[in-house]
Amino acid sequence: MKKAELMDYDKALELFEPVLGFEVHVELNTKTKMFCGCANEFGQGANTNTCPTCLGLPGGLPQVNAKAIESSIRLGLALGCEIAEYSRFARKNYFYPDTAKNFQTSQYDEPIAFNGQLTIELESGRLVTVDIERAHMEDDAGKLTHVGGATGRIQGADYSLVDYNRGGVPLVEIVTQMIEGGEADSPEIGRTYVAAIREIVKALGVSNARMEEGNVRCDANVSLRPRGSNVLGTRTETKNVNSLRSVERAVRYEIQRQAALLHAGGTITQETRHWHEDTGITSAGRPKSDADDYRYFPEPDLVPVAPSREWVEELRATLPEPPAARRKRLQAEWGFANLEFQDVVNSDLLDVVEATIAAGAAAQAARKWWTGEVARLANASGVSADSLVQPAQVAALIELVVAGTLTDRLARQVLEGVIGGEGTPLEVVESRGLAVVSDDGALIAAIDEALAAQPDVLAKIRDGKVQAAGAVIGAVMKAMRGQADAARVRELVLERAGAAE
Amino acid sequence: MTNVIKLSAADLSGLLVERSISSVEVTQAHLDQIAAVDTGVHAFLHVAGEAALAAAARVDARRAAGEVLGPLAGVPIAIKDVLATIDMPSTAGSKILEGWIPPYDATVVRRVRDAGLILLGKTNMDEFAMGSSTEFSAYGPTHNPWDYDRIPGGSGGGSAAAVSSFEAPLALGSDTGGSIRQPAAVTGSVGVKPTYGGVSRYGSIALASSLDQVGPVTRTVLDAALLHDVIGGHDPLDSTSLTDTWPSMAAAARAGLADGALTGVRVGVIKELSGDGFQAGVAQRFTETLTLLSAAGAEIVEISAPSFEYAIAAYYLILPAEASSNLARFDSVRFGIRVNPEDGPLTSERVMAATRDAGFGPEVKRRIILGTYALSAGYYDAYYGSAQKVRTLIQRDFDAAFSKVDVLVSPSAPTTAFKFGEKMADPMAMYLNDVTTIPANLAGVPGMSLPMGLAPEDGLPVGLQIMAPAKMDARLYSFGAAVEALLEASWGHTLLSRAPELARREMFAGTATSTAFTSTEGAV
Repeated sequence: MKKAELMDYDKALELFEPVLGFEVHVELNTKTKMFCGCANEFGQGANTNTCPTCLGLPGGLPQVNAKAIESSIRLGLALGCEIAEYSRFARKNYFYPDTAKNFQTSQYDEPIAFNGQLTIELESGRLVTVDIERAHMEDDAGKLTHVGGATGRIQGADYSLVDYNRGGVPLVEIVTQMIEGGEADSPEIGRTYVAAIREIVKALGVSNARMEEGNVRCDANVSLRPRGSNVLGTRTETKNVNSLRSVERAVRYEIQRQAALLHAGGTITQETRHWHEDTGITSAGRPKSDADDYRYFPEPDLVPVAPSREWVEELRATLPEPPAARRKRLQAEWGFANLEFQDVVNSDLLDVVEATIAAGAAAQAARKWWTGEVARLANASGVSADSLVQPAQVAALIELVVAGTLTDRLARQVLEGVIGGEGTPLEVVESRGLAVVSDDGALIAAIDEALAAQPDVLAKIRDGKVQAAGAVIGAVMKAMRGQADAARVRELVLERAGAAE
Repeated sequence: MTNVIKLSAADLSGLLVERSISSVEVTQAHLDQIAAVDTGVHAFLHVAGEAALAAAARVDARRAAGEVLGPLAGVPIAIKDVLATIDMPSTAGSKILEGWIPPYDATVVRRVRDAGLILLGKTNMDEFAMGSSTEFSAYGPTHNPWDYDRIPGGSGGGSAAAVSSFEAPLALGSDTGGSIRQPAAVTGSVGVKPTYGGVSRYGSIALASSLDQVGPVTRTVLDAALLHDVIGGHDPLDSTSLTDTWPSMAAAARAGLADGALTGVRVGVIKELSGDGFQAGVAQRFTETLTLLSAAGAEIVEISAPSFEYAIAAYYLILPAEASSNLARFDSVRFGIRVNPEDGPLTSERVMAATRDAGFGPEVKRRIILGTYALSAGYYDAYYGSAQKVRTLIQRDFDAAFSKVDVLVSPSAPTTAFKFGEKMADPMAMYLNDVTTIPANLAGVPGMSLPMGLAPEDGLPVGLQIMAPAKMDARLYSFGAAVEALLEASWGHTLLSRAPELARREMFAGTATSTAFTSTEGAV
């Protein structure tokens, strides 16, 4: 895949105004699929979660998942949408082997939610309000695996396998209005918008919101309008951009690519484009015209969805605090500096830090442990930090450190034990027979004695002359008959003397 | 004892319950009849003799053990091939599903099994229920037991022919625009299209989702009611299934036999469904039936339903539109036959195209093309949109009519059974055959066809169609049973007792299109 000619980003912005639009697909985490009783689970054996309905067998009929309707309404409300009094499913007809019925059961002109707004805050503090055109319900397609060929794509493959486990999983597609005026912030708007959607669906609990598992997928529409023109340019739709960073990169890439092409007198083809995570480029997919004819018509196998106003209000009352407001509140409550707080948010640790603090830990300690040691261990084993250890355990660990039972170094060992499944921090301390703790006790007694015996040295250490500690260390090593770790002794001497290194 | 196969399901039920006959005997008698006459009739695409006898033996054993079973337990039934059956091929009369055995039972099939009925096999039909003659079956047409040179109606010609040739006392059919009622009319049997949503469609291979309805095909109104009671009622697997609690249709049919059941009943005659365009003998029998009804105390009221004029046009937009989408799933990926293109690359699109080209017959292709066109951008409003508006107008015509009368009546079909080939070259002529039955599907109201005599000019059965307001299926049965009794009393016999005795032939080679009966003219 060749990298296209790109224009310098600043120059592109000088010549053109980017216009954006996003379609975000959110996979709902209902127990069962959108239109049948099959389990909605990720990672099962191929085609095990299937039935006549989601396999599109002759005679199969859909039944609407009430929980999916509820989740869609809550999501619509959280996006500031109006909820339709009367909403219908429609068939979107097209032939593709991952679509068992050869039509997608979606919504067309009568979506469940419409006319919403979402205000996002960029790193600069700039607020951008994104208008939401609609949020509609539909079923997901199955998963195709193309076997043979070099690219893993359908072109050149020997054959393709279809797994319909994902077929029929409930989706909500959130469609924005055109976003104009993004200017140089456009790529960041893309990332921040998708991050905000992700945060909202997580806060609502309606989706697992794991982008790497495809729970949240973004199609990014980008077009360029020459400065001074009021005619919209031709747009491209970059499909399935599956990480926040990629959204930002893909938008930026398209701006630079389209600008170079337009500037050289070329034209943009209205098409879908594939995002390549590894090379950071997009490549042409299939042509997509506004005249694509999906022959939509109201789904005759389903009755209309007409949520009562009472129900909608009941659901509105269950909405959690909007994530952006919650972040503001928590940062103020915890007294974190902007960078500290961003670190927590960007590492996706807000919930666990909050839970750890709720379990009794001091805010800074909770932050330090999660963004530090836990994140490091998680990173090393390639899993998410919140899947490694419970907030309550981290809080318990912090409590042991505060109580002086553990030093930071020991606490790190205990954390490894907790993660290794050895039990609670207290249990790990006991089961590992952390003799070091009692040794420390003996050491500390010897150190305190040595420091008391040499008050002048103590004063020097407190004045910052840490090299003076040597005299005390020597005395302690002697008292311990050499059976102590000199480095540890030094650490403890400084700690007991209250010196900062 | 009397010939078992000539007994109604209700009579068989009585004998089975009192154990004066076994289900195995009843089942064997019907299998024997199938073996003897189906080479000529060709009502069945699949006969499950062994499984039927085994199921019958189980019912007998349960009854012998003192278990109290439902009224139809042990009674054989034939199943239209449009319904998914876990143990028999389900082809909907199409090549594209040749040999396909579904991994599940349709809800109605499940209910029939649970009620202890004995499944004899699957009956022939026009491919995907598109047709009025079974001539569009990929497996050859079914022959009308009254005259082998004539069509048995369609699409459910197999089910109607099975009951009228005494191969089965009961059958299941499906009715999208008359596929139960028109075959019943031309074979002298009884067929009911229930209220839309009254019977589950789950497992019924969809033609047009908003029109399809599964229903009973029988020889008597009471038998239809007994079967309706088994298959009807809410099914959570069908979102369009009504949640209403239904009265017993059998009780309603029996109530129709009470003295004076017709007194004061307001019977609407639809002006637009009488007069011109009906075969003389059909019109004559209809008029005579109205006279009988009047004499029995019913009040005959002429009703105008002006929008019915547009019913066929609307129907032939809505049906193909929905069908074009419903039939998209036949793509060779998950089930059914797979055909590779003769040359060129084997892409999924090309394999789909080759499979659909080879697997679908001409009428199916015609309707898919029509429907695809009707749904296309720029045409949707003019075609599908307008058709839906007509549908609303037709529903209003029904509402207005039923504010004045209790039931509506018309001939079930404009003509008696026509000859094979007569309308094959002219799709419009075939479509017009459904003029009487289509309005009920468009409005979702229940309809019934029962025999009202033989046309004098050809000696072939003529059907009376009765329609009732939505959800008033019980009224259909009580009125229908009363009319049936009235007509039979006037004749002194049942209509089907005048059906020709079918030649009992063992399997023979070649196609069976010759006339294979002894008499046709019954002065009814």
